[in-house]
Amino acid sequence: MKRVFSDLHLQANSKDKPLTQKLVSKAAELGYKMVATQLTLETKFEEIREVKAICADVGLDFVSRVDLRPGSQEELLYLLRRLRRRFEVICVVCETKEIARQAAKDRRVDLLNFPLLDYRRRFFDRAEAELASAGAAGFEVDVKPILVLEGAARVRFLSCLRREVAIAQEFRLPIVVSSGVSEPVLLRKPREVALLSSIFGLTGDAALNAISRNPVKVVGRNREKLGTGFVAPGIRIIKQGEDC
Amino acid sequence: MKRLKRRYLGLQLDVEKAPGERDFMDAVWTSVTRIYGEYGASLTSLALISYDSEGRTGVIRSNLAAVENVRAALATITSIGGKAAAVHVLAVSGTIKALRQNLES
Repeated sequence: MKRVFSDLHLQANSKDKPLTQKLVSKAAELGYKMVATQLTLETKFEEIREVKAICADVGLDFVSRVDLRPGSQEELLYLLRRLRRRFEVICVVCETKEIARQAAKDRRVDLLNFPLLDYRRRFFDRAEAELASAGAAGFEVDVKPILVLEGAARVRFLSCLRREVAIAQEFRLPIVVSSGVSEPVLLRKPREVALLSSIFGLTGDAALNAISRNPVKVVGRNREKLGTGFVAPGIRIIKQGEDC
Repeated sequence: MKRLKRRYLGLQLDVEKAPGERDFMDAVWTSVTRIYGEYGASLTSLALISYDSEGRTGVIRSNLAAVENVRAALATITSIGGKAAAVHVLAVSGTIKALRQNLES
C-alpha cells in the first residue's frame, strides 16, 4: 500500500497568508499529502478555513492542530476540556515536569513535544513513557534543530534524541517525526526526513512509519471521534429513528 | 580484490542564486564531515560527476554502502556559499546512463 506522508508541524502563522501559501505549496511539491499548521488559541475560525482552502488548492489534506503551552496542570485540564472537540490534533509542549506528566496521563492529548534543547529540562524519561503508553499520546520529534544547530549543541541534542527514541520504542509509543520549520527552504522530502531520523536511531520502517502511518493513525482516530455518530472506538451510530 | 559498488545521485539545488561548483562540493563535504566525521566521510568515496549551475542540478557518486549516510548528510545542508539552500535527491542509480534516463522520464 502506498504511504501517505504527513508533516504535522508546519510553523506557519495563519495571519501571514503568503508564508503559509509558500510553505504549503513546498510541502505539496516535496510529496506530502497531509499537513498541519500550528494554530493557537487565538486563531479564528475564518483563518483556519483560509488555511484549509490554501491546502485544498494544492491537493493537501489539512489537519487542524493546536499547541498548548499551559503554565500549570489545572490550566492544561481546562484547555483540554475547552479545545478537544475543536481541533483534530492536540499537542502539549512540555516545558515543565508537572505538565509533561499530566499530559502523558491524559487520553485527550495526542502528541507530546519537548522543545527545550537543555537536556536537563527535557522530561521524556522511562516514567513519562510508561504513563504515555497507558494513555494515547505519541512522542513528537521536530527535525528543525538538527538542521539549524551546529557543533556541540547538535551533538548534545542528537544524543538526547537517541536516548528518548530508544525509550519510546521500548514502551511502544508511536513516534511522530515532523519538520517544525517556518521557512520553505528548511523543508525536506519525506524520505530525506526518514533518512535524517537514522542519525538519532530511527531506521528503516520505523522511520517511514514516523512520517506516515503513525501521524495518519492519530489523525484518523481523532477524525472518527469528532465525526457524527461516534459512540466509542469501533462503535458508531449508522442509523437512527423509530424503524431501527 | 572485490570491486566496490557505487551509486550515482541526481541532485536538485533549492537556492535563489546558483552557487559555483566548488561551493556546492564544499557544502556537501562539510555536511558529511559534520555528521559522520572525517573517518565516516572517507568511507563514502564521494565525487562530483557533473554540475549544471543554470539548471541547478548535479550528479555525485558515492559508495553503495554509504549512500544512505550521504543522503542523510545532504538533507542537513541549509546553506551553500553563505546563502540559504537545500539539496534534494531526485534519483539514485547504479550507472550514469540509467540515472540520466531516470531524470529524463
